[in-house]
Amino acid sequence: MTLGLCLILSAALFCIGLYGLLTHRNAIGLLLSLELMANATNINLIAFSRFRGDHIGQVFALFSIALTVAEVVVGLAIVILLHRAYRDARVGRASEFKN
Amino acid sequence: MIEQVGFGLVAGCIVLAALLVARARSAIHGVLWLGVVLAATAVLYVMLQAPFMAGIQLLLYVGGVMTLMILGVMLTRHHQQEDALERKRPWLAGVLSLSLLGMLITAIQKTPEIPASETTPATIKDLSRSLLSEHALSFEVLSLLLLATMIGAIVLLHRDRPSRLTEESP
Repeated sequence: MTLGLCLILSAALFCIGLYGLLTHRNAIGLLLSLELMANATNINLIAFSRFRGDHIGQVFALFSIALTVAEVVVGLAIVILLHRAYRDARVGRASEFKN
Repeated sequence: MIEQVGFGLVAGCIVLAALLVARARSAIHGVLWLGVVLAATAVLYVMLQAPFMAGIQLLLYVGGVMTLMILGVMLTRHHQQEDALERKRPWLAGVLSLSLLGMLITAIQKTPEIPASETTPATIKDLSRSLLSEHALSFEVLSLLLLATMIGAIVLLHRDRPSRLTEESP
């Protein structure tokens, strides 16, 4: 296991997340793809922390995980709000989101 | 040798499950495959000598985020038609993300490899000392952010029916 392999794995995960982000129309699908991309960045941080022999990467990954969890909470609140307003979780419907 | 095989298995698991998340037919399947990705990532963290991060990953992501996501899917689901994750322009998105992947891989292969460091892996003691001394300010700001998130979620979801809050209070 080398650093290059870890970085390629993380790049692949990030690109799959990007593909999901571009193709999904459902808000839950968008959140899932965002999770994939956040996970890819965390893998990068941990891999650099391991190969540089420095624990600062792990501290950064801890912050990043906490931020992602906060993002999911607000994202799901918005999804539920959208669903209440339109009975539909497709983001295209939200273009006329009022009040 | 065993390390290589293990890494190959975990990486294959992660990429396959991530592809299934991106192509999932229904939201609940996507959430469950995301759970596989996150659990396999925790295994990868153990292989990268970060067992504490693996524990956090399992607790927060597989335990917390997955439960929240399943709850969200169940709360927003009405009938089968709406549950389907529809797609738009899959070819354009595929070309775009594949070209980004190609660029990233060429860039990664051009940079010189760092050999694995021989220092002892960081313990929880190191991590917590670093978190609460050098990064104490960021830590406090983060706790403020989590509080703001909680309040924000409650305000967002209770805005259109405030009567329930006042009715139930004595």
